[in-house]
Amino acid sequence: MSKGKLVLENGVTFEGTLFGYKGGASGEVVFNTSLTGYQEILTDPSYSGQIIIMTYPLIGNYGVNETDIESEKIQAAGFVVGNYEDEWSNFEGSHSLDNYLKKYRIPGIFGIDTRALTKMIRSEGSMRGIISDDSVSDKNLLEKVLKTPSMSGLDLVKKVTTQDSYILKSKKPKYRIAVYDYGIKKNILREFLKFNTELKVFRADTDHSEVLDYKPHGIFLSNGPGDPGAVTYAIENIKNLIPAKIPIFGICLGHQLIALALEGKTYKLKFGHRGGNHPVKNLDKNKIEITAQNHGFAVDENSLNSETVKITHTNLYDNTNEGLRHRNFPVMSVQYHPESSPGPNDSKYLFDEFMNIVQK
Amino acid sequence: MPKRTDLKTILIIGSGPIVIGQACEFDYSGTQAVKALKEEGYRVVLINSNPATIMTDPELADATYIEPINSKYIEKIIRKEKPEAILPTMGGQTALNAAMDLYEKGILDKYNVELIGAKVESIRKAESRELFHNAMTKIGLNVSNGRFVKNFEDAKSFAETSGFPVIIRPSFTLGGTGGGIAFNVEEFETLVNKGLDASPVREVLVEESLIGWKEYELEVMRDVNDNFVVICTIENFDPMGVHTGDSITVAPSQTLSDRQYQELRDAAKKIISEIGVETGGSNIQFAVNPDNGKIIVIEMNPRVSRSSALASKATGFPIAKIAAKLAVGYTLDEIPNDITKTTPSCFEPVIDYVVVKIPRWDFDKFRSSNPDNDILGVQMKSVGEVMSFGRNFKEAFQKAIRSLETGRAGLGTDGKDIYQYDYISRLNTEEKNLLKAKTLIKLQTQRYDNIFHLRYAFLLGATTEELYKVTKIDKWFLNQIKDIIEIETELRSFSF
Repeated sequence: MSKGKLVLENGVTFEGTLFGYKGGASGEVVFNTSLTGYQEILTDPSYSGQIIIMTYPLIGNYGVNETDIESEKIQAAGFVVGNYEDEWSNFEGSHSLDNYLKKYRIPGIFGIDTRALTKMIRSEGSMRGIISDDSVSDKNLLEKVLKTPSMSGLDLVKKVTTQDSYILKSKKPKYRIAVYDYGIKKNILREFLKFNTELKVFRADTDHSEVLDYKPHGIFLSNGPGDPGAVTYAIENIKNLIPAKIPIFGICLGHQLIALALEGKTYKLKFGHRGGNHPVKNLDKNKIEITAQNHGFAVDENSLNSETVKITHTNLYDNTNEGLRHRNFPVMSVQYHPESSPGPNDSKYLFDEFMNIVQK
Repeated sequence: MPKRTDLKTILIIGSGPIVIGQACEFDYSGTQAVKALKEEGYRVVLINSNPATIMTDPELADATYIEPINSKYIEKIIRKEKPEAILPTMGGQTALNAAMDLYEKGILDKYNVELIGAKVESIRKAESRELFHNAMTKIGLNVSNGRFVKNFEDAKSFAETSGFPVIIRPSFTLGGTGGGIAFNVEEFETLVNKGLDASPVREVLVEESLIGWKEYELEVMRDVNDNFVVICTIENFDPMGVHTGDSITVAPSQTLSDRQYQELRDAAKKIISEIGVETGGSNIQFAVNPDNGKIIVIEMNPRVSRSSALASKATGFPIAKIAAKLAVGYTLDEIPNDITKTTPSCFEPVIDYVVVKIPRWDFDKFRSSNPDNDILGVQMKSVGEVMSFGRNFKEAFQKAIRSLETGRAGLGTDGKDIYQYDYISRLNTEEKNLLKAKTLIKLQTQRYDNIFHLRYAFLLGATTEELYKVTKIDKWFLNQIKDIIEIETELRSFSF
């Protein structure tokens, strides 16, 4: 294990020890408050281009396994933890986190005061950073950090979407769901396959006419990384799909893109929502769900036309928007992650609700 | 939902004398509840037979009765104070039992007093092991194989088919009083008879043993709108077979993946809903098979418990206070978070530290003719506990050992070990192996000082694997102890 450091764009350096892949990485530094689920988090394409800090200080305890993956590789740019626990223990475990990071050539750093680092991001907002070994000077690293593209205006969807469309089928496929892959988590697909569905997963920039040619019973708009405002081709396609009156369901980036297609606005949150404990109020049912979250941008509720759009969910931490429904077309979306993985399963009912609309 | 206005006076039942299995944690929860209800403008009447408590301080409740906690005296208080409701979930098992007795004697009906926090039906379902087992089966959760028996003959016929070891748990007792694990027929007969005597209904559960499984506790809350939150997940360092009150426990859970943890969370949500606790906190215990993750529900306490006091302190979420407010009709999203003041209590605390609890025993005070009095089992023997925080497990663990005030500064290196470091390093291979074998045999029995013997075993060359086989303590925890010894060894290399 060799010494390494994390340099932030505000000029602050945190020193630690490198693990995983011995190399550098830069990206937007964000924190996640989940106590468990580091493997799902690392493999979630929505973390593309980001260096993740885990606020829980013991990471690696249960190793990694063959099941808890949200895509085919680690998507995050780097990983920052308090204590890395190499001697894992779990009946499903197959490798150590260190090996896993090495396999996908992602650097990690431990021995960092993650509490101080998180507080800094919470007060100063998300910022860019770089992980490096200690052979490079702080000054050089800071220059590199400042050259790292900022998240605003960045289309990262193109980097993570599938190149070719593909089809997945449940045992008795009855309903065709067209899935726009903006960086989809596997668990969303697994949830849909619990219903009698055939899923055709399309590349993010597929023209709406091609999707309609598939004659879907429902359309799903996935989660994904980066600034929703930069994914202009997706917004245009969604504008054309809504009038087709095919039920549409969006999650996370999908939700933001729907809002933009409905002439709403999105904005960047100061430090984002990333964790598994966010209380969200379902305004229809007057019930609270504990939700999994991962987003740096949010929908500006006031920008939406209340005559056509109904607000369905609100975050109880900061009253930001968490869900909407169209009043005239079968369109529904949420900002959080009902597929969990990692996180609580309180919101799985949304898949039922959508499939009920599809089956009508 | 706003608070209930049909209630004016609420009677809180305390937990009575401090005994093993029920100590000052219920004073802590009761005091919180008294304050919370008074804050809401209710008139609070308190009964507790123990005047050496904070909750009985004159300025706290509106009327305090230092009287025996039984239906005779509570009825007198009800007659005089005319409460509309009783909150029985703050005073441990004593208070719940007293409330059930009031119901069964028709006193609640006679004076038209309502139980809040937990209903009679829920208490029954949670406390009667038979009803509980049926309820769990109904919602598709596993419970251990067992049978309720009222005499030794029936118990024997169960043991004949299940084989040993068998766990004996008397119904309706506190801290596992009168329970035990039988490894042979002789022990079985003694324990079954003792258990029947200890149970107020002369009933015991004889149950297949889950010894060696991992043990978890979830502290959960639910409100009238069916909002549900997990306040804290606690993982036991000691595997199943040692009473939770006698186990070293750690928050949050350390060795479960998110998917495995969410399975416990989902189960807990189903359980509290099926048992029907609508307004308050519960403690739910699970056993998890370390080889395949199979989950068995052990039990559920529909009340504030020893562990909820721990969970409150570990997370900063005041379970008893919030439970009291839920009991009078508030929902979780209506109660402000005690720490942030601006966000609601309807959330799941996350922490960026590790909490370790270590029980404190006082076997010197309980020396009897039986030298095995200090063996730990399903009956709780500790007289108190310490809790410590750290940014990692090792830090919290070492702090906790020091806080026990047993004269130990931590795990070793304080010159107080039975087998000193220097002594062990002077042993030749043969002597080391002999002492190692002896230590491994000792570790097969759960005793209060086993953590120190784990240290000796590592120093004597035992591997994590060997110690796991003997103790079934998760390898993650064993490796943490090994790490502490490695740091110690490294530090020693600098000495002169």
